[in-house]
Amino acid sequence: MNIQEIAAEIQSRWNNEIKLSTIAGTLECRCHREHLVPLCGWLFNRLNCHFAGLTAEELPDRWNLDYLFTPAGESGIIRINTAAPLKERNFPSISIAVHAADWHEREAEDLFGLTFEGHPRLGDFILHDDAWQEGVEPMRENFSAADVLSGRNPKPDWRPRRILKAPGAFIMPVGPVFSGEAESVHFQLETIGEEVLRAFPRLFFKYRGVEKLAEGRSVDNGLLLAERFAGSTAFSHALAFSMAIEKLSGEEVPPRAEVLRVFMAELERLRHHLGVIEGICSSTGLAVGTGQCAILEEEALRISGALTGHRYLFGLCIPGGLSRDFDKTALKSAAERATDIVRRMNSIEKLLINTSSFLDRLEEVGAVTEKQAHDFGLAGPVARASGYSCDTRKQLPYGAYRNFDFDSPHEREGDGYARLRLFFAEVRESGRIMEQAAEKLPPGKTAVPCNPDAGTAISTAETPRGATWHRIRIGTDGKIKRYRLITPSFANWHGFHIAAENFAFQDFPIILATFGLSVAENDR
Amino acid sequence: MSRWVIKGIRTGIVTTRYPEKKEETPGTSPGLPEQVTGIAPENRETESRCPTGALSREKNRLNLRQERCIHCFRCSRGTENPIPWKNGFEWAEIRNPEAVVPASLRHSLHIRVVDAGDCGACLNEIKLLNNPYYNMHRLGFFITPTPRQADILLVAGPVAEHMKTPLLKAYEAMPAPKRVMAVGACALNGGVFGPGFVTGSGVADILPVDIEIPGCPPPPLAILHGLCLIAGQLKNEPNAATGTRKGEK
Ligand code: SF4
Repeated sequence: MNIQEIAAEIQSRWNNEIKLSTIAGTLECRCHREHLVPLCGWLFNRLNCHFAGLTAEELPDRWNLDYLFTPAGESGIIRINTAAPLKERNFPSISIAVHAADWHEREAEDLFGLTFEGHPRLGDFILHDDAWQEGVEPMRENFSAADVLSGRNPKPDWRPRRILKAPGAFIMPVGPVFSGEAESVHFQLETIGEEVLRAFPRLFFKYRGVEKLAEGRSVDNGLLLAERFAGSTAFSHALAFSMAIEKLSGEEVPPRAEVLRVFMAELERLRHHLGVIEGICSSTGLAVGTGQCAILEEEALRISGALTGHRYLFGLCIPGGLSRDFDKTALKSAAERATDIVRRMNSIEKLLINTSSFLDRLEEVGAVTEKQAHDFGLAGPVARASGYSCDTRKQLPYGAYRNFDFDSPHEREGDGYARLRLFFAEVRESGRIMEQAAEKLPPGKTAVPCNPDAGTAISTAETPRGATWHRIRIGTDGKIKRYRLITPSFANWHGFHIAAENFAFQDFPIILATFGLSVAENDR
Repeated sequence: MSRWVIKGIRTGIVTTRYPEKKEETPGTSPGLPEQVTGIAPENRETESRCPTGALSREKNRLNLRQERCIHCFRCSRGTENPIPWKNGFEWAEIRNPEAVVPASLRHSLHIRVVDAGDCGACLNEIKLLNNPYYNMHRLGFFITPTPRQADILLVAGPVAEHMKTPLLKAYEAMPAPKRVMAVGACALNGGVFGPGFVTGSGVADILPVDIEIPGCPPPPLAILHGLCLIAGQLKNEPNAATGTRKGEK
């Protein structure tokens, strides 16, 4: 069903009780709280719409909640909006019907102090109970980000919510500081010895309150946060941020900048995926494979550094375009070097798929089905490896992507090996896109001045790990009032435990590596 | 299996010769803005563009506090008076000279990395130290999973609230003498995040820092430079002209 058909169906089902409007491909449904669960459940379970995320916001007179969906296989956005006076904090929980909303509701409860009735487990999520007293609601308007909180009264005797009780069973805690140079995250491995039954992550050790810090900052300063909250995919997030600002200013980005942005975004994807492939090799203990992939990753970083000045493409994307221009020869030679990387990667892939000891470790490990990918709202390569299609570049094409010839690869099995194949395939596609971009670079400016008007804008972009959504509200003073970041890692961490069930202990790093997760991007 | 061996041998040696030889391959470092003189005192445009206060003015001279710089390029792009840029990566500064490793031990040092809220970029550059291009093993540096064997605690990130306790625990678990290395602008002063309600203003808030590595993120070579300094493999000589320090064998 496309957006119009969905709108007509909602109208007939809910007897005009839900106010509908369609603006620029977005179907907005304003509904009362009582219709929230049936409506969202219907979209999610009957129409198989993808749940993208929830954004909550405190306005001067009311709570404003937006639930974002995208229709299955069709272009467009569905925004379900509900509001309530500030003194009422109760909303119905949609997560019984829409499982993908589970963590989003927990987050809103933790940071805004909202209650989601019917939600089975609220509390102790982003703000750990062993570090904060109850009642701290940092995303509320009257909470100042600059305040250093005093008078803490945490509960230091934190215990996992569920404790496995079975003969010979125990919970093995891992992290937050573990392994060689892993990001900080804690796991509880429920195990009966060699076999691990389940692995639950406890996240947000790296919570830096990015969304709160952005409040009151200028657009230019907010961009620094967008870039640096998840530095390994800085360009894609800076791009999503810039696109939201551009919507508010009504500026058209010059065609040359649009093509350059595609080039850079794909360079980032190529480099990111090479890092993930390297991680997968290293998790299986394949030393030469790791070294070979590491060489390619470093070379991709050097291409970025030599071309743009920064190895992680910081400071490049700005609202209105790019901060600098590139000449065509430089771009072409960078694209050639990238093609050479792809060629060498292909030969590594050939070796890998002929190394049975390596494949044995990946096949049938950490499997995720397409249904699970939908239920958990998984994003990016992880979802696509299970056959769940969700590529923003195809479904909600932005920038110059419409004019490029590329595939969004899919796999079916959803196991570790399928994810590895997907990463390889995507690197090849990125290489192809870069070549085309260098070829068709149009002349012209690379940036236009961009001054946003007051208002709210949502943008979405496909980062290397999947779709991200940036929702920005700019106040009348031109400053950021509310910044909401929906990230692919948040969705994929939520679904991580489905892949980590009943596995052999030594497979844990492998499952983790094939997910290509970022903790920084999740924790924000 | 043998095909992997052949692949490995065919690749040859790609490893940098640094610190014996200079490393100037393009793309290995973002570089830093250069100190400039001769700017009219009333022209304050450039420093006002800097979001972190890394540029400070002394009459007609613009000084760079490199520990604050996050390579945002605001001072060199989109302005009438772009500041010149200089390559290089030898930015590390020793804060506590006594922490330098004695000569007899300098060729085997174990490092425990703690991610105290980094964005993933610093950590990736740290990971790349094991990359064949940098191969820090050749200089005797090893990443260890346990702080109990660590000579150096390498910390990245502004120290997020929830990481304070784990960081302190890792530090306490180390044997003496403990050396703390703060890596990246966030670890040095909070970067674009801190100080605030949930992030501090760097590692020095809670631990004594012995050596600082500026950069956002510092490239692998900059971290390697810092490691060589703390290991006493390089000497720390102030370079009077630029205010930065150059490593010397
Ligand atoms: S690059 Fe950015 S942070 Fe560094 S001195 Fe220039 S304006 Fe300041």
